[in-house]
Amino acid sequence: MAQGSDQAGANRPRLSLHVPEPRFRPGDDADFSHLEIPEAGAQTRPDEACGAGETWPLCTDLIRVLGDDNQAHGAWDPRLNPDQLREMLRDMALVRAFDARMYRAQRQGKTSFYLKCTGEEATSIAATHAVDFEDMIFPSYRQQGCLIARDYPLVEMVNQIYSNRADKLKGRQLPILYSAKSVNFFSISGNLATQLPQATGFAMASAIKHDSKIAIGWVGEGSTAEGDFHSALTFAAVYNAPVIINVVNNQWAISSFSGFAGAERTTFAARAIGYGIAGLRVDGNDALAVYAAQRWAADRARSNKGPTLIEFFTYRAEGHSTSDDPSAYRSADEAQEWPLGGPISRLRDHLVAIGEWSLEQHEEMDREVAEEVRAATKEAEKNGILGHGLHHPFHTMFEDVFEDLPWHLEEQSKQAIRERQIKWPDDK
Amino acid sequence: MTQDDPISLADAPATSMSMIEAINDALDVMLTRDPDVILLGEDIGYFGGVFRCTAGLQEKHGKTRVFDTPISECGIIGVAVGMGAYGLRPVPEIQFADYIYPGLDQLVSEAARLRYRSAAELIAPMTVRSPFGGGIFGGQTHSQSPESFFTHVSGLKTVVPSTPHDAKGLLIAAIEDNDPVIFFEPKRIYNGPFDGYYDRPAKSWKDHPDAAVPEGYYSIPLGSARTVREGNALTILAYGTMVHVAEGVCREKGVDAEILDLRTLVPLDIEAVEKSVEKTGKCLVVHEATRTSGFGAELSALVTERCFYHLEAPVERVTGFDTPYPHSLEWAYFPGPVRIGEAIDRLLEAS
Repeated sequence: MAQGSDQAGANRPRLSLHVPEPRFRPGDDADFSHLEIPEAGAQTRPDEACGAGETWPLCTDLIRVLGDDNQAHGAWDPRLNPDQLREMLRDMALVRAFDARMYRAQRQGKTSFYLKCTGEEATSIAATHAVDFEDMIFPSYRQQGCLIARDYPLVEMVNQIYSNRADKLKGRQLPILYSAKSVNFFSISGNLATQLPQATGFAMASAIKHDSKIAIGWVGEGSTAEGDFHSALTFAAVYNAPVIINVVNNQWAISSFSGFAGAERTTFAARAIGYGIAGLRVDGNDALAVYAAQRWAADRARSNKGPTLIEFFTYRAEGHSTSDDPSAYRSADEAQEWPLGGPISRLRDHLVAIGEWSLEQHEEMDREVAEEVRAATKEAEKNGILGHGLHHPFHTMFEDVFEDLPWHLEEQSKQAIRERQIKWPDDK
Repeated sequence: MTQDDPISLADAPATSMSMIEAINDALDVMLTRDPDVILLGEDIGYFGGVFRCTAGLQEKHGKTRVFDTPISECGIIGVAVGMGAYGLRPVPEIQFADYIYPGLDQLVSEAARLRYRSAAELIAPMTVRSPFGGGIFGGQTHSQSPESFFTHVSGLKTVVPSTPHDAKGLLIAAIEDNDPVIFFEPKRIYNGPFDGYYDRPAKSWKDHPDAAVPEGYYSIPLGSARTVREGNALTILAYGTMVHVAEGVCREKGVDAEILDLRTLVPLDIEAVEKSVEKTGKCLVVHEATRTSGFGAELSALVTERCFYHLEAPVERVTGFDTPYPHSLEWAYFPGPVRIGEAIDRLLEAS
């Protein structure tokens, strides 16, 4: 019930509620000149075994390696050989080609949903290249790059997206909510940030067993607002767990800009300071910086120096998903005006600048990866597309709720089979 | 597993234990048998738990296998999911069932669904232990019985023991189960059976036949009810504390009731329920939780659907009232002997 305003507080200033508002809306010219973009190579690189506090200045800085001159600069240069750079470049090109084709497939009615990672390819691919294959990945929904970087078969990804009869998840999950234990990639949840306490728990288990594996969790900046984020970082700090929490700050959570997760007040990396753990803020469109930061955190975790929170500062160049229309809430200029460029073009230009790549080679690679995706799609389509009957056998719906089928599910499965026979009496 | 198969219960020496001691014993047995079992929860480590269920276990098994956690139920359940993915078999404790709600998303959307959504690539073989129920002047935040939140979720098993003997065997079975199990411990009967006559002296478990707990390993399969007493006049379906309250009322009133202790709510021992109701033709469902959408509604519907032509009277439900658990009026809320007695009388009069 609203209280009268002219009683006890009559002489006090009137309160007002702040509701964040992004700088640009549809029709506005996007201008990111307010962003502080430091020189590449200007950031100090503390030793991996340093006290967490030594990293805290980096939580409000921005670790950058690739400069405007397309050269690698400074202490964070991971000094990768050209073959490694070309592998990362190819993986990023492959995921972009995959996204393009799957987006079209959804528009063609072959599946219900798709979600691109355009502009954010480095935050999953370079990061995955920087950790070991045995390390467990706890992804959010925009980390298809992690699967690509671990050479998970494209055809399995398409099978999952089509929920067809070859889908290893038996057609149960929304497209792109992969699970791939064979490449140490945890099942993706549609509920956000739940994977972070799980990543911490996996890391704790590894430490309990004196193993050497670490865990890496990814989360968008928007869902850092969930309690799970706080729980994960609290447990990670309390038990000094060998876990890396990557916050992909792509500026947008569907239509809500990062201000609704607290970005108007401080950076996401700066959350680390409150937990007393290491934190790094990284140019997420700079594959070399992403690799270097992830490698730093992995080496730190592996040597029992504890968790690291990393913010990858990037930009979601496309809509949230096939169900989204970003022109309804943000300026169409933003992607082009984004001051940190694109992750693929920046790594390409670096390789060209050091004499290890050419634009002709790049075009040829783009053709190759597009063909690779096309072949995988064709192969997967032999097993069906969504809604065209080539799904998993009917009874599998009741499997895996429990290890064994209890009586009530057995009764319900008989009901389902009966319904099917009534609807399609000639179907065997 | 590091030891031999179950010993024969008939030959095993037994010790009289409280339910707390029996739970502690079960945890000790499993920590010893399986190096992948670990315990975590608030105050469970050095201190041994606010109800002493984990007393001495950290000292015996080490502090990386039995340890305290931050006050974060979301975190406790969430890390247990990750530990399960690694290959451990975690046994988290939620200090009071009333505190389980911050962990609900991790239980409902994650632990319960992980097997299904990964097509059995990944599982969450955790047993969430939590003291529940009222009758200890816990007020509305230390008395709730939230079992029906969990029985409603596909992928979770829900267990409620009513004796020290069953608590140990069921807890061992729950820990060995490869699905997530919610294990609610009725705290009013931690230290002794409670027949609902709160104004009479409290009894201890000492010398109670169901407090004779065999030494070492044994398990009671999940999904099997126990016939507490046989009878012909009506069937009473109960679990946890209410088994003892129902038993007390039947004893006082001299009613020839058959009492089934369900022990596991999901999966339910439907055969035992059907068999008993078909014999007696009358059914009373008793639980301490609030009435509307409680597990009694499910039981009542199942009995009506499956035993209707054997029924001689409508199925009765005796439950807590649909209010929060009030501190000073605890016994007015509690479904005690008067409420149960009235329902029994109605059923016996019906024909």
